[in-house]
Amino acid sequence: MSGAAETTTDPRALWEEALNSAKLRDVDFTTLSGEELKALYTSEDASFDEERDLGMPGQFPFTRGVHPTMYRGRLWTMRQFAGFGSAAQTNERFKFLLAHGQTGLSVAFDFPTLMGRDSDDELSLGEVGQVGVAISSLADMETLFDGIPLGEVSTSMTINGPAPILLAFYIAAAENQGVAPEAIRGTVQNDILKEYQAQHAWLVAPEPALRMITDMMSYCADRAPQWNTISISGYHIREAGSTAAQELAFTLANGMEYVRRGVAAGMDVDSFAPRLSFFFDSHLDFFEEICKFRAARRIWARKLRDEFGAKDPKSWMVRFHTQTAGVSLTAQQPENNIVRTAYEALAAVLGGTQSLHTNSMDETLSLPTEKAVKIALRTQQILAEETEVANVIDPLAGSYFVEAQTNRLEAEAEAYFQEIEERGGVVPCIESGFIQSEIHRSAVKYQRAVERGDKRVVGVNCYTEEGDGPPEIDLHRIDPAVEREQHRRLGELRSTRDEKGAGEALEAIRAACRDGSNLQARFVAAAHAYCTLGEIAQVLREEFDQYKEPKIL
Amino acid sequence: MTERRIRVLIGKPGLDGHDRGAKTVASVLRDHGMEVVYTGLHQTPAMIAEAAAQEDVDVVGLSLLSGAHMALFPRVRDELTARGKGDVLLVGGGIIPHDDMDSLEGDGFAKLFGPGTPTTDIATWIQEEMEKRFEREGEEA
Repeated sequence: MSGAAETTTDPRALWEEALNSAKLRDVDFTTLSGEELKALYTSEDASFDEERDLGMPGQFPFTRGVHPTMYRGRLWTMRQFAGFGSAAQTNERFKFLLAHGQTGLSVAFDFPTLMGRDSDDELSLGEVGQVGVAISSLADMETLFDGIPLGEVSTSMTINGPAPILLAFYIAAAENQGVAPEAIRGTVQNDILKEYQAQHAWLVAPEPALRMITDMMSYCADRAPQWNTISISGYHIREAGSTAAQELAFTLANGMEYVRRGVAAGMDVDSFAPRLSFFFDSHLDFFEEICKFRAARRIWARKLRDEFGAKDPKSWMVRFHTQTAGVSLTAQQPENNIVRTAYEALAAVLGGTQSLHTNSMDETLSLPTEKAVKIALRTQQILAEETEVANVIDPLAGSYFVEAQTNRLEAEAEAYFQEIEERGGVVPCIESGFIQSEIHRSAVKYQRAVERGDKRVVGVNCYTEEGDGPPEIDLHRIDPAVEREQHRRLGELRSTRDEKGAGEALEAIRAACRDGSNLQARFVAAAHAYCTLGEIAQVLREEFDQYKEPKIL
Repeated sequence: MTERRIRVLIGKPGLDGHDRGAKTVASVLRDHGMEVVYTGLHQTPAMIAEAAAQEDVDVVGLSLLSGAHMALFPRVRDELTARGKGDVLLVGGGIIPHDDMDSLEGDGFAKLFGPGTPTTDIATWIQEEMEKRFEREGEEA
């Protein structure tokens, strides 16, 4: 056979020939989630109808963003998550952040608070004030926001199992400042489903927990209409080891479950769906993350309009907060984390986030120092002010690669929705450990890929340096005195409050647990009576079923 | 001579909910032929020590990312000693500053593994330590 007969002038064929005969780098060309990638994407890979699949910014299906103006109208909110030690210490950090140009507050609570335990509970030993601020009562909440007008700031509180109780403390603190619930703005995370799946701070079993959530949604629809009642969170699912597609799928499946519960409780979907917001991770795979955000908007819009029959466009919108990936940070050569975080922040912005937290470089070692927190905030400010990326809306739309990956992530999420439905829904998938197992499987797979060297991590399995031992950066430590001081404050509170009033408020909660009346209003009354978090949570533990973790290994 | 399988308990003391590391290490140790019991979350030091005694393990590995390690790790050690299990190979990992690692290693802990440690290194280290122990036991017997 003569060689010249096959010669082609077709550019595509020529390119393929060149690629196939070339020596390529010996690595896996896959996404961070392990998805195979082509070397080149063309119009054949990305089928999309501009009107149907992308739409205009601020219009269905919101693939290009939820606002018509996006960052031309207003930049994203720079919202650094903070909280440590006592309420007074965190109050100082909040004032520091506000003074340096931060535009919203975000509260991190310690594990006892997250688990509904007072600081002086036996199980709280050693944990008080460690990963966040210790809040055991309205008194602590008042100290936390001392000098910060609650009618003016917007506050995000990362709290789940006891979210209704912490929201009650916040409402009561605002009322004591003379601010009505109608005027408060902010978010409680309140996403209990992902707690069972990934983050693991729960109070009671799924069914009573979901009832408390519908009670809160109903209370806020009437009384606190500017409050976002659930921040449906993929962040913890991803940090626990899921892939991007799993983060997307499980988060939206959880979101749809809350919508179903609200509707089943007799609420009109448009009365509460506009107050649902989302919270995603922004990991290191730049394009996969951007596509994940775009896919999330499109999927939710279609589900809410077409399956749940929502009429209000606000019900169709995925408004979301983003945090850069804590798990992507390394203890080795920690300054490199500034660079990782900057790329992740850029992905979040190109994906159209409404607010953003950038991690500090020292977070694999301890809580961030003030210097590290400031660099993280400056990273966002440089992105906003110097890179010019905020000038154009959804600048990557129409890219063959970006549209193909957006389609791929949507399809993977749909496959999971189907599987979850076949397995009886989200709650049965939690009780059987299905979702937890899926996440664990991905975590182990990724860890193996890193250890084989298939996935590379600078400073960990490549470009390591001699003496990558203890890094010489300052650490932020929590003084054990915080725990002792919290014990003292709680003792004082219990000895000075009106005991009879506190006891009655707790009994009113017990009665509501039994007769099905709205719990949220009872929590607010108990907050005003200075009942503690642990006391209120104890009534719920006594009245409701407990959650038992399924064994998945 | 039949090779004895190493029995390991992976424990999560305290209220910390971060279990990705603990579960990943548990899976990897199992892949290395060890018998692994994972306690699940939210365990008190006494619960962990009780499980270690009942399962008669050789190794106890604790994981904590909440900062409560200095309060909780020594308590687990004390509870183990109280149950006659003070001789287990006691190791730990998590978000633990180096000073604290040093002080725990001088205080009953054989080894602390920091963030970024390859899980295969943990498995190999445990295998080597346990081989030494099994040899010593063999000599004594």
